[in-house]
Amino acid sequence: MNAILPFAVNFALACFALAMLCALIRLLRGPSAQDRILALDTLYINGMLTILMLGIGLGSALYFDIALLIALFGFVGSTAMAKFLLRGEVIEP
Amino acid sequence: MIAADVPLWAALPAAALLICGGLLTLVGSLGLLRLDSFFARIHAPTMGGTLGAGCVLMASMLVSTALAQRPVFHELLITLFILITAPVTTMLLMRAAVSRQRN
Amino acid sequence: MKRPLLLPLLPVVLALVWLLLNDSLSVGHLLLGIAFALLVTVAVRPLRPLPAWPRRLHLAIGLIWHVFVDIVRSNLGVGRVILGATRRQPTVGFVRIPLQLSDPHGLAMLSIIITGTPGTVWAGHDPADNILTLHVLDLQDEEAWVRTIKDRYERPLMEIFE
Repeated sequence: MNAILPFAVNFALACFALAMLCALIRLLRGPSAQDRILALDTLYINGMLTILMLGIGLGSALYFDIALLIALFGFVGSTAMAKFLLRGEVIEP
Repeated sequence: MIAADVPLWAALPAAALLICGGLLTLVGSLGLLRLDSFFARIHAPTMGGTLGAGCVLMASMLVSTALAQRPVFHELLITLFILITAPVTTMLLMRAAVSRQRN
Repeated sequence: MKRPLLLPLLPVVLALVWLLLNDSLSVGHLLLGIAFALLVTVAVRPLRPLPAWPRRLHLAIGLIWHVFVDIVRSNLGVGRVILGATRRQPTVGFVRIPLQLSDPHGLAMLSIIITGTPGTVWAGHDPADNILTLHVLDLQDEEAWVRTIKDRYERPLMEIFE
């Protein structure tokens, strides 16, 4: 009926794709390990937003659960890596 | 795209929020490339993680409320989760960077 | 330390999260959510050594509003810094702020507020003399940051948690 929402969805998808590209370049180039972890952290948040975007565009509620799972696992992953960088050990006795 | 069936009262604010959120996230990730020290770069992705994600999730809430024709709030969960967890990673990274710089 | 029993916050929040997750208000989910919330509350009790007793929860509304306004404002500020980075790189710096807040839950809230706002990151806290190290993206006026943190966030948090 109205074309404004599909346009906005495509626009935001393009933005997130570019943002993920920026994070990817930093991930590959990053001089230090903490730069790469920061890039991965950005990458999972952008990926989660992209999935949500698809959910809006296709009008399906299934994508919500996928986004929630990405948010959960992304957090656990990047926190474990940051902790490893800090102490050299993820789970301390 | 099914998004074309959303009534105008929800489509207009949702489109505005999506465009804002997309631009904010893009600028935040661009900061990863344009700033030249790690301590400056660590601040950049917080933009996409707070207001960028907030805008997109609000738009998602509006659209699913309009499509289901009853209030749908469950995107609030992701917003809260991101708001609570994103700072934890940033803080750990900051401390790791400080301690690695020292030795 | 004995504090007056208010509302058991954890099970209530957990039950609400269950209902939100399933996006339904049916009797079955209500009962299941309450059962899960009570079970989890009992199960995690050994993991949480000291319970939080936030008082004066109505003050939190004003604090949340302040934080929201600051997040929007500093998003715009950080965006400006990033887009102007070809001309001028920001001057990063650490600020040391002596705190009066000593409640662990209050400090946790403060760290999430500070790190969640773009442009500032919590860089460490020394429990011995209660000094917070703050990392700022574009450090111009050190005094202004000390004032902002103390007046806008620390005081309401102290009133809520202590």
